[in-house]
Amino acid sequence: MARKILYRDAINEALDQEMARDDTVLVMGEDVVGGTGTNGEMDAWGGAFGVTKGLYGKYGDRIMDSPISESALIGAAVGAAATGMRPVCELMFIDFLGVCFDQIYNQAAKFRYMFGGKVKTPVVIRTMYGAGFRAGAQHSQCLYNIFTHIPGLKVVMPSTPYDAKGLLIQAIRDDDPVVFCEHKALYATEGEVPKESYAIPFGEANIVRKGGDVTIVALGRMVLLAGQVAETLAGDGIHCEIIDPRTTSPFDEDAVLESVGNTGRLVIVDESNPRCSMATDISSLAAQKGFEFLQAPIEMVTAPHTPVPFSGALEDLYIPSPERIDAAIRKVVAYG
Amino acid sequence: MTTALSVEDLLNAYRTMKTIRDFEECVHVEFAKGEIPGFVHLYAGEEASATGVCMNLRDDDYIASNHRGHGHCIAKGVDVHGMMAEIYGKRGGTCRGKGGSMHIADFDAGMMGANGIVGGGPPLACGAALTAKMKGNGGVALAFFGDGASNQGTTFESLNLAAVWKLPCVFVVENNGYAEATASSWAVSCEDISMRAEGFGMVGITIDGHDFFAVHEAAQEAVERARNGGGPTLIECKLDRFFGHCEDDNQSYRAPNEVREIRANKDCIKRFATVLTANTEITNSDLVAIDGEVRVLIDDALAKAVADSAPGAADLLTDVYITY
Repeated sequence: MARKILYRDAINEALDQEMARDDTVLVMGEDVVGGTGTNGEMDAWGGAFGVTKGLYGKYGDRIMDSPISESALIGAAVGAAATGMRPVCELMFIDFLGVCFDQIYNQAAKFRYMFGGKVKTPVVIRTMYGAGFRAGAQHSQCLYNIFTHIPGLKVVMPSTPYDAKGLLIQAIRDDDPVVFCEHKALYATEGEVPKESYAIPFGEANIVRKGGDVTIVALGRMVLLAGQVAETLAGDGIHCEIIDPRTTSPFDEDAVLESVGNTGRLVIVDESNPRCSMATDISSLAAQKGFEFLQAPIEMVTAPHTPVPFSGALEDLYIPSPERIDAAIRKVVAYG
Repeated sequence: MTTALSVEDLLNAYRTMKTIRDFEECVHVEFAKGEIPGFVHLYAGEEASATGVCMNLRDDDYIASNHRGHGHCIAKGVDVHGMMAEIYGKRGGTCRGKGGSMHIADFDAGMMGANGIVGGGPPLACGAALTAKMKGNGGVALAFFGDGASNQGTTFESLNLAAVWKLPCVFVVENNGYAEATASSWAVSCEDISMRAEGFGMVGITIDGHDFFAVHEAAQEAVERARNGGGPTLIECKLDRFFGHCEDDNQSYRAPNEVREIRANKDCIKRFATVLTANTEITNSDLVAIDGEVRVLIDDALAKAVADSAPGAADLLTDVYITY
């Protein structure tokens, strides 16, 4: 039987294997070691959610804690990348992009183009996103759309432990800056992951489930919810095809259009807010390039256009639920 | 003179300062004719700083620069022909016409880029210093920024990070008295920007940035400290710019005759030349000969930049991944 490990451990294993393979790979961030300068245990935290735990003792000063200075931290990672290293830098929560965004979108993202193709910036920014932890409005957002908008950045959002490992290895080896988005509710999910090293190419969607009645494009944690709903609907004779783009930039347009060509119906499940988002972007793709296939209006299942609420009663309403996904699918299937 | 510089070093320094000056005077004239596109910020008047600092750097040391970056580029050894073509947006430019005046970079020369974002450079210099530290190659990284950037959070964060990580990094703030049109004496909360170094646990020093020898000596000490594992230093060069914040700036915020008096009494190149001819074997005719060579170089760079072709439509979509 294949080995099963947690999403968080798959990320740790990718970092471990890449640090062992290439001594220019660095890991840096706030509390990625945890305990630096204290009287207690070094490697006390190993990341706020324990993802980097255990790397400290193995790679010496190639894993380093940072002061809480996201601009200097990310900027230093970018500068190190442009001068010969391959830093994997942790932006603890994606919500913190506001205190370091310049170094990502004006510096890292621009270098290769703005400097005439003469500079590589192989930096990875690992960051946590997503609601469901009662973490409130400033620690729960899905801001991958903002990064996806920027030319020069690659944006990755694995939904399984297998993808997390393979995509992170690819991200580290990639010569462009990569924003690697980890849903915090996925860390404790389990899946089959080979022990050996492997890389998953960017821009290749995963067809999670085959089906001919309706195409579901789901992102990140929403892939899991879509899968649950599809299982139930299969009992009612509705066969869903689920596409996990895995990377929002580059984006696998062909996979979406081919599936919509087969099903004629499209539902997009995206945990982020509904305007100027991946959901609207994929809708526009289908409308522009797949118009002749469509047999029903496109449905988007997203969060409402509000900040993420704190109260569990409200947050549960905020996050796209299996019930809302189910209703959207039934609606497009019933149309026409 | 307090520094042990050879005659050759001094002549090279003079040549660099003169090259920066003539380059900037040339760009100023051509911009006024409407020949140069975009935003251009000239470094004339500040030549002693870039030159005195960069003479202490190896070719494989890195500098991060700012919007007023032409002087830093020349002092670090970026090709003048490529720079001029870049400012004109031409194919032969340092960045193939995709960067412009505010984004000239040449990593092979250790130049990490001029930068359009005030305070954008110090974090990047920390990164280059981290690379040097990790590689153990004795390299140093240095950030040039202005009095305006000295008030940016990125700068404060970088000073602290460099001190905490004990990075081989040097921070050079060029205080020319104005952040765009606002006085640094008003916008900076302390008398000398270098006083802020103490708060970050590093050495800070303020020097007369018109004085090449003062700059060279301070930078030499800071670079050696960084190279020897002694951590970062903050150097403040107080100096003056001959032109406005950018071209098109009518400088109505400056006093009448302010620039004329600066040019007459605080010109760092005149001051340097006076010391050279008075205290060394260098003669005025040596300097005049360099002046002539520099003039030929700049004229040639201008002529070639003007004659160079513009990038083509195919260049629009290269140097960035596109799948759409």
